[in-house]
Amino acid sequence: MGKSRGLTVFVVLVYAFLFIPIIIITLTSFGTDSYVVFPPRGFTLRWYETVFQTESFMRTFKISMMVSIPATLLALALGIPGAYALSRYRFPGQKSLKNFFMSPKIIPGIVTGFVLFQFIVIRMGMSVYGGLLLGLAIVEIPYALRVIGASLEMVDYSMEEAAMSLGSSRVGSFFKIVLPNITSGIIAAFMLSFISAFNNVPVALFLSGPGISTLPITMMNYVEYNYDPTISALSVLLMLITIAIMFVVEKTLGINNV
Amino acid sequence: MGKRWWAYILMMPGLLVITFFLIIPIINTILPTFFVGETISLGRYIDFLQDDYYQVILLRTLRIALVTVVFCILLGLPSAYFISKVNKKIRGMLIAFTIFPLLTNSVVRSFAWITILGQNGVANTLLQTLNIISAPIRLLYTEFAIIIGSIYLFLPLMIVSLVGVMENIDTELMEASESLGANRIVTFFKVVFPLSIPGLIVGSVLVFAGAASAYTTPRLLGGNRNIVLSTLLYQQANTLGNWVNAGMIALIMIILSVLVIKLINTIAARINERGV
Repeated sequence: MGKSRGLTVFVVLVYAFLFIPIIIITLTSFGTDSYVVFPPRGFTLRWYETVFQTESFMRTFKISMMVSIPATLLALALGIPGAYALSRYRFPGQKSLKNFFMSPKIIPGIVTGFVLFQFIVIRMGMSVYGGLLLGLAIVEIPYALRVIGASLEMVDYSMEEAAMSLGSSRVGSFFKIVLPNITSGIIAAFMLSFISAFNNVPVALFLSGPGISTLPITMMNYVEYNYDPTISALSVLLMLITIAIMFVVEKTLGINNV
Repeated sequence: MGKRWWAYILMMPGLLVITFFLIIPIINTILPTFFVGETISLGRYIDFLQDDYYQVILLRTLRIALVTVVFCILLGLPSAYFISKVNKKIRGMLIAFTIFPLLTNSVVRSFAWITILGQNGVANTLLQTLNIISAPIRLLYTEFAIIIGSIYLFLPLMIVSLVGVMENIDTELMEASESLGANRIVTFFKVVFPLSIPGLIVGSVLVFAGAASAYTTPRLLGGNRNIVLSTLLYQQANTLGNWVNAGMIALIMIILSVLVIKLINTIAARINERGV
């Protein structure tokens, strides 16, 4: 089949729409003016320095890391056994239980953040950090369940049965047969859930308080009152981290399989 | 049977966490919204839905989400079709290009549109240079800005959902259609489109639910004048301290999300029945 030119042009325009804003941000991060100008004038790395000198960015970056990593690990710890049970067993109520596991996806993020804040922080007196960790973990559970589920589908169940018929216990065969086969799926699920937890705004919005806030929330507040290229520079740095993570996922699993 | 018993045990921790830290908190929040004083009543909801101010916000939220879905379909369908047809190497590259914006922070992506739509932004400069307008026009802090930002935010999600199904359409079907004399456009509508409907449904649900509940984009691109449900919820809870009202908006948002999923699935079932 020959390529239709009209379609090609259309797709080029769609991808231009997706990438021009990103390119504009990248270019403005090097401009010398003290506000965002496009096309940028001059060339400086000063805004990148400013990012590292801005205490609130550095502090909330650390908080974001310290909460997204455990939240992602928790989501995986809950999601892996769940996905395994759903793919390996047939049991009454399976469909409803799966829907229940996926339910955090249906609840809007801002609602999750709000109800958790009211219940965990105000009613139960737990720390904002605890609420944030749980909130982010909960919204990542459906994601972890899906990615791990997809990678479990590719594991041949007969290998596991063979191991068990040779005397291995169910738990033993899980760790010796299944787990090594889904390692790349787990790495991909971890990386992608981590990025999504790190970037989350709606859940983190309510679950931030004095001294605790995530980087995206800090950026959002900064953008509302400032219009300098520091935020462009910070955006570029975050995009570089994303590219690095995508590269790792591509190397371990192939991005198309996620 | 012992085997089944294992399944329930394995699922238990996740179920408990979701129950205790999502379901119970939701009940805790929405329960007070059904009380006026000591009596159980839907009064608050009736008042809310009859209030002009809130009606405008509800309609705006739905309108933004609907327009976003329509444009994501119009832009996404041809793009996904193209991606599913090119050779494997280019396809992989295009999919990576599609996923990258999805993995980029929504604040970053909204900020990009501030620089484009602002008073002295790229769009105004361009339009002035081309002599289309003589003075900067207001683009930022409008509903238009929220819609553009939302399409930008969710288009990749639509494309990814569509490519997933389109990739699996047997190319022989398309070739058969074309060898029988149908042109490319007819083949697309008679063969490719009907088979892509499952992806279209998943994509539409994700985009509608996402656009109707997004917070960052309406806050940064809509400003104070174009409040939507999510920014209203935050305003009621945080600025006004009216938690009962916020709880009510929370339930309305949940119901909206569930209704949309049901509605789109019903439409999908109808289309399947007719077999197009």
